[in-house]
Amino acid sequence: MVQYLTLAAILFSIGLFGVITRRNTIGILMSLELMFNAANINLVTFNKFIAPETLTGQMFAIFVVVVAAAEATVGLAIVLLVYRNWRGISTDNFSILKW
Amino acid sequence: MNEAANPGIVFWVLSAIILVTGFMVVSLKNIFHCAIALVLCLSGVAGIFVLLGAEFLAGAQVLIYVGAVAILMIFGVMLTSNLAGKKIIATTSNAMVAFFATVLFGGGTIVTIFMTDVWRYSSESLPIDNVMFIGKLLMTEFMLPFEVVSVLLLAAMIGAIVLARDEES
Repeated sequence: MVQYLTLAAILFSIGLFGVITRRNTIGILMSLELMFNAANINLVTFNKFIAPETLTGQMFAIFVVVVAAAEATVGLAIVLLVYRNWRGISTDNFSILKW
Repeated sequence: MNEAANPGIVFWVLSAIILVTGFMVVSLKNIFHCAIALVLCLSGVAGIFVLLGAEFLAGAQVLIYVGAVAILMIFGVMLTSNLAGKKIIATTSNAMVAFFATVLFGGGTIVTIFMTDVWRYSSESLPIDNVMFIGKLLMTEFMLPFEVVSVLLLAAMIGAIVLARDEES
């Protein structure tokens, strides 16, 4: 089981690295998907090895997948809007949010 | 528990695929190549789900992530990068600081995983008719979250249309 958990930890760290370093907003969204998947691997692993008879971990993973899909949809719509207004999708374009 | 101790050769192959393509997602300069790597990485995660006995989740992963989210990402890349004009470069910044922070975080997590030795392994095994069991749970115990999440999807869909709509035309 520790192998699965370690894989998820490394994948989550890779996603975290991407979220911190990327300046392209779509790149940040992709890294977020990696982090969601790492969390899902953890949920399914614990489901299989700790509490297999209830399948609660898999149910939670399914809901995570659905929420991640909704997040990607709205996120990309916002990215398109920013691109239309500022002709770029770098996070520098979002600096108008700072005051 | 033998399976908990030694996951087998398929796991290592899938892990290598996931980690290499995952690193490509966060490090490649061309954002389109990143999207392709993301597809491979998510497929690898679907394979891990099959290994863990979550067949329904693996199918949902392929349909939703590989089929929809990754394609959505590719559409986003194509709509926002000036493909005809200058090529979009996905630069990275603060790489050194982020690397150390990430190694600290990941290393801490892994050390914690290996220092915990009181995992309460269950002697039970997964239900054989896994998918049927999930369907029953969705219609009984998880009825309310199921309905709420469908409303969430509807709200996200309408929100995305409203946001991305071109208001002049």
